[in-house]
Amino acid sequence: MWSYQFMQHAFEAGTMIAVIAGVTGYFVVLRRSAFTAHAFSEMGFAGAAGAVLLAGGLLGENAPIVGLLLGSTTGGLAIAALARRATNRDTQVGIVLAFTLGLGLLFIRLYPAYATEAYSILFGQILGVSINQVLLTLVASVVILSTVAVVYRPLLFASLDEDVAEAKGMPILFLGTVFMLLVAVSVSFAVQVTGVLLIFSLMVTPAATAQYLARRPQRAIIISVAISLLATWVGLFVAFYTIYPVSFFITAIVFALYLLVRLLHQRTTWGRASSVKVGGEGVDKRNG
Amino acid sequence: MSLTVHGLRPAGVESDFITAENLTAGYRDKIVWRDANFTFGRGELVVVIGPNAAGKTTLFRIMLGLQQPIGGTIKIFGAPPRRGNPKIGYVPQRHVIDSETNIEALELVRLALSGRQWGFNPFSHNDRDAALAALEAVDAMDVAHRPLGVLSGGELQRIFLAEALVSNPEILLLDEPLSNLDMRRETDLLHLVDDVVRSRGITALLIAHNINPLLPHLDKVVYVASGKVATGKPSEVLTSESLTALYGIQVEVLRDPHGNVAIIGLEEHHGDV
Repeated sequence: MWSYQFMQHAFEAGTMIAVIAGVTGYFVVLRRSAFTAHAFSEMGFAGAAGAVLLAGGLLGENAPIVGLLLGSTTGGLAIAALARRATNRDTQVGIVLAFTLGLGLLFIRLYPAYATEAYSILFGQILGVSINQVLLTLVASVVILSTVAVVYRPLLFASLDEDVAEAKGMPILFLGTVFMLLVAVSVSFAVQVTGVLLIFSLMVTPAATAQYLARRPQRAIIISVAISLLATWVGLFVAFYTIYPVSFFITAIVFALYLLVRLLHQRTTWGRASSVKVGGEGVDKRNG
Repeated sequence: MSLTVHGLRPAGVESDFITAENLTAGYRDKIVWRDANFTFGRGELVVVIGPNAAGKTTLFRIMLGLQQPIGGTIKIFGAPPRRGNPKIGYVPQRHVIDSETNIEALELVRLALSGRQWGFNPFSHNDRDAALAALEAVDAMDVAHRPLGVLSGGELQRIFLAEALVSNPEILLLDEPLSNLDMRRETDLLHLVDDVVRSRGITALLIAHNINPLLPHLDKVVYVASGKVATGKPSEVLTSESLTALYGIQVEVLRDPHGNVAIIGLEEHHGDV
């Protein structure tokens, strides 16, 4: 398997993308912005289709990723400007999303080889990444991870308790915009692995699973990264020996893990809830 | 020289934490209330009451520097309010935390201290010790490691109080901490706030719907209704004469033998007796 260069590139890019998706995905889940993340990928779709159509000759194989980045970051800035606060963004996101998706459809229809191009953007093309794209992914990963390291605590606090963060004089609008851009760039690269339509499998499901397993953000982020890494590696490995697509295996693995953890979590919290209730009554009696 | 500088400090500064003169709040096209005058000193527990949408939270927003007054002056420690004043702790009015939020309470309190710091230091534990001390102070150690999403209303209010106390503020602004609490939890939380405020010399303003459970604890009352603000000791402010004089319409303040108060004439809903 390792003798094939395309498999090496797939593993290299897939590993980096799993890490950034696992990290930024945690903030997506914490801020209840899953819909926004999905919207970014579809805005990226319009961008990618537009870039392939209008600048395909100029940009070559990099046209889709350049278009993805342009589409999703423009969308991110537009949403950050339209809806100042994190809550109730759904309507604005939906409005921008519907328009860009329609635009994407037009671009892809105008492109001669539209079926193959559309398919790879919609469902991923990790087995087709070149060394240039691997290097580009590396640059993006370094940028994303260093940005997260810098804004980590303010972003975490603003995501948990926006009102108090605002009163403390923290730059809520700036942090919201940084978050949007982080998600936009992460989504643009994650689309290479999972495609536009399956973006949740790396940007949302691993982090949502991790949230059940850890009550401290740092641990949850580590678990989230571990899950997306595991899914990407196993997905690539299994896909190599079968005829089925990588994206399918990744979505199946993260979904199975989510179901398993959710079930276990429910069983343990039910057990814990009843014991806590008894303990709580004891405490109350002492206070009274 | 330094002795002279100390001597020059006006006597009022240390005792007057918050002063307002003819303070008027509102927006360009609408005045919410006008001409509020008050002075709050160290360690005072002040209760802000009044009907819904009378502008109680507006008063807090002005003190926090989140909203500019449209008239008059307000000074906090001798200076105009500014956003992010570390001497003010704030507990906003809020709805229940999402039950899916599986982050432990301790983390929220830690972030209230270290959340303003840029950069990433996974090995720093200063904020952890301070957060544990704050949780201890509000008697919430038993829920320190439980997820925010599963805490009860009373437990959450303790956590929010710890979140506000962790940076050692000198002023505490509590926006309706008693809503959604049953009577016993209300009493518990009031005793806790009273203890914390007295023992630390904090000046606390607390917005509430019903003043009666608070009467044994409070030093001053701020009554916000119909565009005006009355401030002072409850025995001076909450009388038929003073409210009638302030509002220019007939206002009745009824008291029952237990000292409970009901204000008739300015609010549609009272029934506090």
